[in-house]
Amino acid sequence: MVAAVPEAGARPAARPSAPERRSWTGWQFVGPFMAVFALVFLAPIGYSIYLSLFRTRLIGGTSFVGADNYTEAFGDAQFWSSFGRVAAFLAVQVPIMLFLALLLALAIDSGRLYGSSFFRIAVFLPYAVPAVVATLMWGFMYGTRFGLVGNLNDAFGITLPDPLSPDLVLASIGNIVTWQFVGYNMLILYSALRTVNPALYEAAEIDGAGQLRIIRAIKLPALRGALIIATIFSIIGSFQLFNEPSILKNLAPNAITSDFTPNLYAFSLSFAGQQFNYAATIAIVMGVITMIIAYAVQLRGMRKEL
Amino acid sequence: MAIARRRALLLGAAALSVALTATACGSSDSKDSGGAQPASAADLQAALDTGGSITVWAWEPTLQKVVTDFQAKYPKVTVKLVNAGTNKDEYTALQNAVKAGKGVPDLAQIEYYALPQFTLAKSVADLTAFGADQLNSSFTPGPWGSVHAGAKGVYGLPMDSGPMALFYNKEVFDKYKIAVPTTWDEYLAAAKKLHAADPKAYLASDTGDAGFATSMIWQAGGKPYTVDGTQVGVNFDEAGTKKFTAAWQQLVSGKLLSPVTAWSDAWYQGLGDGSIASLVTGAWMPGPLESGVKGGTGKWRVAPMPQWQSGAKVTAENGGSSLALTEASANKKLAYAFLQYATVDAGAQSRVDAGAFPATTKQLNSPAFLDKQDPYFGNQKINQVLAQSATQVAPGWSYLPFQVYANSVFNDTVGKAYVSGTTLDSGLKAWQEASLKYAKDQGFTVK
Repeated sequence: MVAAVPEAGARPAARPSAPERRSWTGWQFVGPFMAVFALVFLAPIGYSIYLSLFRTRLIGGTSFVGADNYTEAFGDAQFWSSFGRVAAFLAVQVPIMLFLALLLALAIDSGRLYGSSFFRIAVFLPYAVPAVVATLMWGFMYGTRFGLVGNLNDAFGITLPDPLSPDLVLASIGNIVTWQFVGYNMLILYSALRTVNPALYEAAEIDGAGQLRIIRAIKLPALRGALIIATIFSIIGSFQLFNEPSILKNLAPNAITSDFTPNLYAFSLSFAGQQFNYAATIAIVMGVITMIIAYAVQLRGMRKEL
Repeated sequence: MAIARRRALLLGAAALSVALTATACGSSDSKDSGGAQPASAADLQAALDTGGSITVWAWEPTLQKVVTDFQAKYPKVTVKLVNAGTNKDEYTALQNAVKAGKGVPDLAQIEYYALPQFTLAKSVADLTAFGADQLNSSFTPGPWGSVHAGAKGVYGLPMDSGPMALFYNKEVFDKYKIAVPTTWDEYLAAAKKLHAADPKAYLASDTGDAGFATSMIWQAGGKPYTVDGTQVGVNFDEAGTKKFTAAWQQLVSGKLLSPVTAWSDAWYQGLGDGSIASLVTGAWMPGPLESGVKGGTGKWRVAPMPQWQSGAKVTAENGGSSLALTEASANKKLAYAFLQYATVDAGAQSRVDAGAFPATTKQLNSPAFLDKQDPYFGNQKINQVLAQSATQVAPGWSYLPFQVYANSVFNDTVGKAYVSGTTLDSGLKAWQEASLKYAKDQGFTVK
């Protein structure tokens, strides 16, 4: 700070220059992070926004179209039907998955479970299986000819509904996602439960509270923050649904359309249709919607907490 | 080995002399050939003598030997053969490279249905400047028509072709006393008979395949696509298409098609265990059958494609690739010299020897090729059936200049007919609308 003083008189803007100098020290520390952050996070978003303002056609080349792509996206029935599909997925699959995760976390935390650490690992293990592998595996099991469903049909002489038919394929994807992520969410919730002060449980027991009462009065309130986090992750995951439908599409090409989820739609637009500009627009619109919904959930969750 | 090489050299010499006369005639009419400079055979020879390096993108496995032979013959030339992905993946990579203006290969394998898209975008060079238009007698009509890509020039040279035929499992046919169908009516009857006799067996599998549907319409004489420069028309409400849908709808509605998607594991198993008893597809099918369906050895046979009219002899193409010279290539003469070597000269023979189905009349008519007996097919001389199909391809078919995209939404539209109450006709109508919407979005004039 002292060193800054002689220079101060040199320029009229003396006073602001001192804090400016100081702030550079801070920037040097965050600099490496900011550089990487800008390169891999801000730059792609900026480029996508730039792309979304143009339109490249096979005939006529590239032209600036302003917000035309956005206007088109808001009126695009294909986009909104894919959005509706992931919204329905979110509304049904996420509560089921989080409820299961909650039950498992409470069961493990209860201390009454025999072999709880093995149980914990076993439930968590599917999360360690890459999504692509998991989907391929389930895809084989869903097969009505040579898969598990087919074997069951043959063994018992029954006809199970085809899990990859257009009516059931979304539920089948939900099953895969639940299988994969229930352990992950269980772990988030379980670690939140571990932070509860054991003295509270002792106090509750002295007061004569049963296990259910302890869950309602101590554990669930303690889990609120973790539940909100898990919900936000799940919302983002649902809106970004891509791997599972994209892989199952090979097995069920007529049940999973190229616009099955918003991400798959954007992918098809850009890789099959060469419509990079419109695909960027869809991606940005979807990103903004996800942000709004995730933020709304967070706000609502925090208000309850207060 | 030595004999094969000598024969290859002889062939090369013969083809070179053809090319010499060809370029002598062709070099004059090359005004609007984009960036390609007119080149004579002497220029090509000079380029080969000077040497250099070219890059070839292809997934065709038989090209590897061609590259090795070519480099042995012209030691100063280096050919980098890169597998940049199979069909759609390669097209995406190629389009990206062209867009970025760097990393574009000199030559790229492009299937016939995708070639118009690259022609329109001026990503591939017109080979007329090299005298390629004089090669028409070297190639069979189907592939030769396809490399014109709906325009006037020649935008690639045919590498292989897929004239269609009926591949069937003779063991299953014999077991249920099914005669080999010669017409589509007989085919429908056979499908019913087989499925009635064994509810687990189907005459064919189909879950909606754009390439198959368009080929069937092609054979039926349909011309749903009309392309004239930047004017595009799509109309499936026409006689050829109706012939196809009227017949195929009966198979779909009657649940007479195995609901197994082509190229899946279940599909290969079905072809092996007799639950999928036949395939109507391109002449390149023996390769995949022999490598993927080992259990079918000795059981499969090849018959001519069923006809719409009894006694007629009309077929269509299904699949097949060209090798195209990119507009961005920095060494077009050298690249074309390799292209010619790989498609009409010695390379054509070496690829046929390795199992490719030729697009060249010379290889197609050679006794060695025609009389080859294949133990997989019970020593049937299958190439005679397939070569005959190549000469019967219905003329005048054209694909859309954005067929890659159109095919990618086929299952969104026509696919519905396979899993719900929608008909093929209304599915095709939806496909037509989706294709036309894309055409408008891309700036085409819709007729």
